[in-house]
Amino acid sequence: MLPSGKETSRRKGEQTTAGRAERGSHAGDGCSPCRVLVQGKALQGTPGEGLWLVAPAVRRLVFDPSRSRFPLLPLLAQPAQGERGCWSRQRRNHEEPSGSPPQNGRPRSQPGGSRCQMLALGRARARPGRLFPRSRRGAGSRPAPRSRSSARRPRQRKTLRPRAGPGLRRRVSMATPEAAAIGRKRKPAEGREGAGMAAVLPLLLLLAAAGPGRARRDALREELLLSPLPAGDVAATFQFRTRWDADLPRGAVSHYRLFPKALGRLVAALGVRELHLALTQGFWRTRAWGQPPLQAPAGAELWVWFQPTVTDVDKAWKELSNILSGIFCASLNFIDSTNTVTPTASFKPLGLANGTDHHLLRYAVLPREVVCTENLTPWKKLLPCGSKAGLAVLLKAERLFHSSYHSQAVHIRPICRDASCLAVSWELRQTLTVVFDTFSSGQGKKDWSLFKMFSRTLTDACPLASQSKVYVDISPKNKEKELLEVTPPPTSVHEAIVQGDERTYAVYDLLSPSLFNTSRSLNVQLKWKRPQDSSELPTPILHAQRYVSGYGLQTGEISTLIYNTHPYRAFPVILLETVPWYLRLYVHTLTIITKGKENKPSYIHYQPAQDRRRPHLLEMLIQLPANSVTKITIQFERALLKWTEYTPDPNHGFYISSSVLSALVPSVIAMKDVDVEQSPLFTSLFPSSDGSSYFMRLYTEPLLVNLPTPDFSMPYNVICLTCTVVAVCYGSFYNLLTRTFHVEEPSRGGLAKRLANIIRKFRGVPPL
Amino acid sequence: VCTSRFWFNYRHVANTLSVYRSVKRLGIPDSHIVLMLADDMACNPRNPKPATVFSHKNMELNVYGDDVEVDYRSYEVTVENFLRVLTGRIPPSTPRSKRLLSDDRSNILIYMTGHGGNGFLKFQDSEEITNVELADAFEQMWQKRRYNELLFIIDTCQGASMYERFYSPNIMALASSQVGEDSLSHQPDLGIGVHLMDRYTFYVLEFLEEIHPASQTNMNDLFQVCPKSLCVSTPGHRTDLFQRDPQNVLITDFFGSVRKVEITTETISLDRDLAVFESKLPKDELATEPLKYAEQLPVAQIIHQKPKQKDWHPPGGFILGLWALIIMVFFKTYGIKHMKHIF
Repeated sequence: MLPSGKETSRRKGEQTTAGRAERGSHAGDGCSPCRVLVQGKALQGTPGEGLWLVAPAVRRLVFDPSRSRFPLLPLLAQPAQGERGCWSRQRRNHEEPSGSPPQNGRPRSQPGGSRCQMLALGRARARPGRLFPRSRRGAGSRPAPRSRSSARRPRQRKTLRPRAGPGLRRRVSMATPEAAAIGRKRKPAEGREGAGMAAVLPLLLLLAAAGPGRARRDALREELLLSPLPAGDVAATFQFRTRWDADLPRGAVSHYRLFPKALGRLVAALGVRELHLALTQGFWRTRAWGQPPLQAPAGAELWVWFQPTVTDVDKAWKELSNILSGIFCASLNFIDSTNTVTPTASFKPLGLANGTDHHLLRYAVLPREVVCTENLTPWKKLLPCGSKAGLAVLLKAERLFHSSYHSQAVHIRPICRDASCLAVSWELRQTLTVVFDTFSSGQGKKDWSLFKMFSRTLTDACPLASQSKVYVDISPKNKEKELLEVTPPPTSVHEAIVQGDERTYAVYDLLSPSLFNTSRSLNVQLKWKRPQDSSELPTPILHAQRYVSGYGLQTGEISTLIYNTHPYRAFPVILLETVPWYLRLYVHTLTIITKGKENKPSYIHYQPAQDRRRPHLLEMLIQLPANSVTKITIQFERALLKWTEYTPDPNHGFYISSSVLSALVPSVIAMKDVDVEQSPLFTSLFPSSDGSSYFMRLYTEPLLVNLPTPDFSMPYNVICLTCTVVAVCYGSFYNLLTRTFHVEEPSRGGLAKRLANIIRKFRGVPPL
Repeated sequence: VCTSRFWFNYRHVANTLSVYRSVKRLGIPDSHIVLMLADDMACNPRNPKPATVFSHKNMELNVYGDDVEVDYRSYEVTVENFLRVLTGRIPPSTPRSKRLLSDDRSNILIYMTGHGGNGFLKFQDSEEITNVELADAFEQMWQKRRYNELLFIIDTCQGASMYERFYSPNIMALASSQVGEDSLSHQPDLGIGVHLMDRYTFYVLEFLEEIHPASQTNMNDLFQVCPKSLCVSTPGHRTDLFQRDPQNVLITDFFGSVRKVEITTETISLDRDLAVFESKLPKDELATEPLKYAEQLPVAQIIHQKPKQKDWHPPGGFILGLWALIIMVFFKTYGIKHMKHIF
């Protein structure tokens, strides 16, 4: 933050006045809190007690860990250093061994304190006209007389900015009365200490009343959901939610506490309304694992809603993907017009939205993107506690990537601030889902524990989190048989309706002190009491699969199978298919067949590709009848790429990104309206519309297609051969045509030849 | 920079990461390192231990670490990108982590490894950078004042050929092998199935592990690090462009960074009164009516949304009428007898 020229000059002026004040008062080399106290107190007329009252407040103000803008700083800083420094320095400067230094920052003996005060009082008296209105104004009485100091008012504001040097003292002086109020509010017992308090009390009460409006404006919740999957694997879903009650995009915010600044400034600068980025390795097998809490396609997925104020959406999108590639160490800069689409129906804003004009939406998937430690590192850095405390200590790369499925995501969206929903809060949700194959790594046993999965245990909650919980899914398959048990006993049991099904969760509240009473760490274990019969795997209501068929390198066919296993209800599904331009789709071959009959989609949107400019986009709204399989096929032709357009490993093949299924799935049990702020995080990402159905988004497999690949040594051969031909044929012709020929005068030869010719002439033989 | 793709080139990634690890250990932060890896070895499906890259047979040193930041990876590692990073000719929206933000007071260490030949180094098995191109890039850097001193290390076959064309000042260059020699690999591992490192970098890493930020080891020690008996190839170095005597150049001039910390005895109270600060913020505007979440699948709305007609078409009847008019005018003008000219 660079001060403008005006500010600098003001600051200079202030420095000089500060210097003058110092000289006038002989206050020694500044010890800010001390002087502050006195200044703040001077006008109250009760110097003796003032110090007692205000000193702890200032100390708290300065060093209170929860109030500091640097969350971890208090751990490093020495509390009450300022005060102690003041006392000792006072003593040293004036050779007055009167008061003993205060214990714990609380002054015990008066004389030193009064000394300190007297010095400053002298200063206060020296310029009464200046101090009086300022301190009163600082105390919060707004209609203060500003006859003389109206010009100084902006300066006082300015003193709140970060600065070193003399400005510091002045700044503290401004904060004092209010600090007193805060200290007062927090520890009412302190008020009994002084008789002079009576004079201050009304003022303080007034301030205390104004105080609560300044409650903490951001909050962090962290949560881990462990759910045993039907096939025997274990899914762990971490969610870290930072909620911030501030208006981010108007750029009014420059002070970041829990919300990561990198993302906050991005949202403000580029006019982002909503941002969803997911980096995934592996594929969520819906059929075997059940419905995912939050699925993402393999590779990198990014979809963003921009504000209506953004004029050039494409430019902002390009810039955004570049910046995100820098933040997350991913190749998101490969997102360009050839893989970006604007879906018309599949993606609606997850947060608050006054309009859903899809021209403000951009969606791109990079199916080839690998996810590894370098993506996890910056993701962890966005967490307020990093990976040092709380649930994030479990996030060790070597375990997380030794899994069947790994997906990490960042979601930013505006949400309702309260129930009336008149103001906007911003929410950053960082989610990470891992699926561990405990069955094969545990020698055929499906028991698991936190230590087995993460090779770490939980020891504490993140100190900045307002909620930190571990949920374990213990819903019984059938009510009679208790199949599993969890140790240690959970702090409570939570029942919720998740994805249309009733579920029971064992809850471990890491913030409850009883949890770490018995042991220092929490290692959640789950044991199956009897072997589960694997024959009765529950099939999810909606699942899908996709494959490429056909032979040869010219044409092929993409088939998608969508299953609705609900016994009696039909429901709609939107299928979004993005196909790169080098596969030319034949739209006339599009067939949708359900139960042997053609199923006509009620909405279809097709945007053809343009070579090297944009991909195919196909969106269809299909009604899935109850208990049915719908097969969607479309044929395509492979295009030839230019020589330089092939990747370095073209024989690996080219990826087609997952198609997206968005569905309103009817739920078995009617859902109740629950308070989003109270319910666990894993239930509250998609806003629920009505009780009878719930929204779900599924992704199919990405496809790998071989393109006709030339032999890349051929161009080299061709170049060599052509060059040879050119060099030999054309070169010699050129040589022949451009060269000038001279008839050479026959030289008469040497002496021997001449003699020989003379002899030959005599003999009558032709000369040599 | 690691320029090799595919799993069997594991050792090149391990080479690069071991140098990365050393410079990071010696105090250079990630923001000052541009790391290019042409393939993802750590999370490769063939890696039996995901998220690790080992440099040593007994798997004691995981050079990948737990907080690596790769700036350019897989397909991004191209000759074009590499030269752009060096010369600073980068598209404006490139993030900071992908730029080489150096000036005329920066010491730059460039480490490259891959497969090379006499006068070139292959990138991703599909393109090459030649020694002339590299020398010209360095000259451009010098003219643009992008470095103060530059240390160039290359571990590839015939590595010495890559630096013999350099002509810009203040460059010191090291190579793992002379022209006509191969650089050889080291540390075959049965578990991973490939060689873990190249010989030259292996001994350089062994040497660098001994260095600490205050050590006084100089460049001459680095030149001696891998004698022919260990390396099999003959490591080369070139110092004629460099102004200083290598004996006076510390290893930490290039491999480390020590930031000066001044300790003050003065008390500085870090008081930013949050309450006052936040009260400065403008009040959030309140909407007059409650905001709403969007419905995720508004079926009726989707079905009835009109596709946007971008270009206007005259209605069909108008065109028909126009044609009728033309034909009528035609007949009025020429009459029926001229029809024979038409048919």
